[in-house]
This record gives sequence, C-alpha cells and structure tokens, in this order.
Amino acid sequence: MFNSYVSNTLEYDPELCINCGMCSTVCPHRVFCPDGNVAKLVNKKACMECGACQLNCPTKAIKVDSGVGCASAMMLAAVKGQKEVTCGCDGSCS
Amino acid sequence: MRKKEIAKTSCCSSSGRTSKPISILSRNEHPVIKSTTGEITPANRLDHLMARLGVKREQHLIESGIYAMGNPTKDSPVFVSANYTLSFDALRSALHGNDCYILVLDTKGINVWCAAGKGTFGTDELVRRIEAVGLNDVVTHHTLIVPQLGATGVNAREVRERCGFKVEFGPVRAADLPEYLKTHHATEEMRRVRFTLSDRIVLIPVEMTNLLIPMLITSVILALAGNYTAAAAIITAAFTGLVLFPILLPWIPSTDFSTKGILIGGLTALPFALYSLYGMTDEKLWLRYGWIVAYMLVIPSISAFLALNFTGSTTFSSVTGVKREIFTYMPKIAWMFGIGIILIIVLTSLKLLGGI
Repeated sequence: MFNSYVSNTLEYDPELCINCGMCSTVCPHRVFCPDGNVAKLVNKKACMECGACQLNCPTKAIKVDSGVGCASAMMLAAVKGQKEVTCGCDGSCS
Repeated sequence: MRKKEIAKTSCCSSSGRTSKPISILSRNEHPVIKSTTGEITPANRLDHLMARLGVKREQHLIESGIYAMGNPTKDSPVFVSANYTLSFDALRSALHGNDCYILVLDTKGINVWCAAGKGTFGTDELVRRIEAVGLNDVVTHHTLIVPQLGATGVNAREVRERCGFKVEFGPVRAADLPEYLKTHHATEEMRRVRFTLSDRIVLIPVEMTNLLIPMLITSVILALAGNYTAAAAIITAAFTGLVLFPILLPWIPSTDFSTKGILIGGLTALPFALYSLYGMTDEKLWLRYGWIVAYMLVIPSISAFLALNFTGSTTFSSVTGVKREIFTYMPKIAWMFGIGIILIIVLTSLKLLGGI
C-alpha cells in the first residue's frame, strides 16, 4: 500500500547473458551491475522502464515494457482515446 | 581533400552559437560544416531562461547537422547531441577549449532523453544524419560519443552494422565530459541520473505555465463572490502542488506521488481549517464545519493531482508505477475535489443569498 513502484515489467534471463556490459553502461539507475560471468540484476525496483538496456542487449536477455512514465500524458491519451502515449507537444510535433 | 567549401548556413540568429562559417574539406557531396564555440553568450542565456519559463516551448532549437568547435582535425572526437538549445549549449560549454565535432540530430527541439524515449533521438535518425553530413569524409576514425541517456533510442550495435560507426555512450551529464575524456571511462556516479534540488526547482516555472491561469481564474471568481479565504485557499493549493511539492519531494513521507501530494496538501490546508473553526466566530457552527471539510478536501486533492502530474518531469517514475497510481488514486482525488468544490459553491451561495 502507498507504493505503486515496488514492481515493474523488467525481466532478465541470466542464461542468455553474454556479459557484454552494455546494460550496466546504459542504465541511468544502476539496476544492473557487471559481476563475474553474467550481468547481475542488483536493483530491480529502481527500474524506470526507459528501455535502454532492452534496446542495447545483443541477446534479448532483457525484456521491459518501456514507455512514458508521465501521468498527464497517460490521462490525456485516455481522454483523447489514443492508444499510444507520447509526452508533451500536444501531438503537433510527433 | 580537393575543394574548400564555405558554409552558407547560419543557425538561429540569437547567438554566438554559429559565429563564422568555416571552410571544410569535402568530396563530391560537399557536406556543410557549421561552426560553433564553447561560449555561452547573454543571448544564449536569455534563450535558456525563456525555455525554462516555457515561453515558445518548441522553438528553442538549432539547425541539425555537423558543427566544428575549435580547430578540429580528421582525428578529432565527434559528439552527438539533440537540436534543443539547452542540450546543445550544455554540451558545447562543457567542451569549451576542445577541438571537436558535434553532430546535431533533428529531435524537433526536444532534449536528448525525451527525444530518445520518442525515438527521434534514435538509431534511424543517427544513421541518416551520419550519411547526410558525410561523416566518413569529415573524420577518419569511426567513433561517436553519444550521451548515455540517448541509449533509450540508440541501438549501438545496429548503428555499427548499418554505417560502421562505433557508438560510445558517454556520461549522463555533459558537465562530466572533461573528466570522462581523460580515460573514456565513466564512473558509477557519472552513469547515474540524479534529481537534485536545483534540478527540481528549474522545472517549477514550466509546470506553472500550464495550470496557473485556470487556478487564478477560479481564485478571482471566488474573490469577486466575496470569499477571500476560499480564493486564498485555491492559490495555496496551486502553490503547494506546483512549488512546495517539487522542492520537498524527497522528504515528504510515503513513496507515491499522490499520497505525498495529499499529505503536503493536508498540511497547507490546516491553517484554513483552523481559521474556519476559530476565526469565523460570527458564523454558525455547522457552517464553520462545512468550510473545514471543504478546505480539507479541495486543497489536498488539487495538490495530489499536481503531484501526480509531476511524474512526467521526474527522472525515475516508471510507466507501470504511474499507471498503478492513476488507477488507485485518480478516482479518489476526483471525488475529493468534486465534493469539496460543490461544498464551496453551496456554502458561498448560501452566504450570498443571505439568511445565514
């Protein structure tokens, strides 16, 4: 209760990891850290679902539903009936 | 190495960004290299201020393309940036004194991270821009330094496969570049995104521009209706959500934005509740209780809504969490606000109509 951020959509399969280090390089919240033979998921709840690790993982060992974590954008999209949530801009610059 | 071409293009007029076009060496396609400096002029600062104030939000942009800073050679490093003035200027001022190239992508005047989330600062645009400026002719090496936050849109492996350039993700903040360039290794601290007090304070004016006017109108209506306390309450609610909340964010108890907003709104509503109870002594008791309930509902619900809206400006809220917050709290916030507003209208009309 009162913590909506305890879980998220980040999934990591160490079996597929080739230890390239890319996830720990790109993560802005240090969710992954290099460790021995495979990357280690050290702080899952800090994940903000930006998707940088998933995009740059060469073996698809990381999965996350990334998107805009912005309440007003989501509510606006819901009101307008848009499927995709984009931030700011009122759609004029997409 | 055959022909010198003079760049004709000039960037936005307001600046020391593109002072003198410089000569470049090119092959058949004659890529145009624009010139820039590491200097931030008063005109640049004014532009930054306007961007921060939310004035003409989508017009703080520079021309995309390749820029030379100092006297770069074919071995000089290439940095990638967005065509938003705040992004580009942070980069060039951090690189002051370096000889280098800056490749500016067309992100429609949006900063690197947000543009990366949208995909405009992304693999496709980067590859397209590398080809458009003929980067192969500008430098002999094949390395690009891309801001770490660009990784949300840039797939380094794909860039290399498609055009041969190796993407090196630099630090999160441009200010760390001088240190980073010594070893090309970013420390843990350089890789971590922050959300400091000053980071939060600079966001306040932009947040205000969207919501301040409706708040002021409501407040003026209440003042015209003769209820100055209620008018002050609306202003207080807006101030709580738009100014106090961002400043106090990490120190307000609980994790969710909505609960933080309700807590801090409840606190700023207290003086109004106390005034209703002890200050409005010439009113009937049930009326005074009515006002207490109205204030305790309206102020926290407004600040909770504004707090929830702030999720889009933070550097850490996840989609899953924000979605969960909306479903959990939005209906409750809406009810609180609705009942509170109706109560204010009823109590104000009763007073206006006289009788009590």
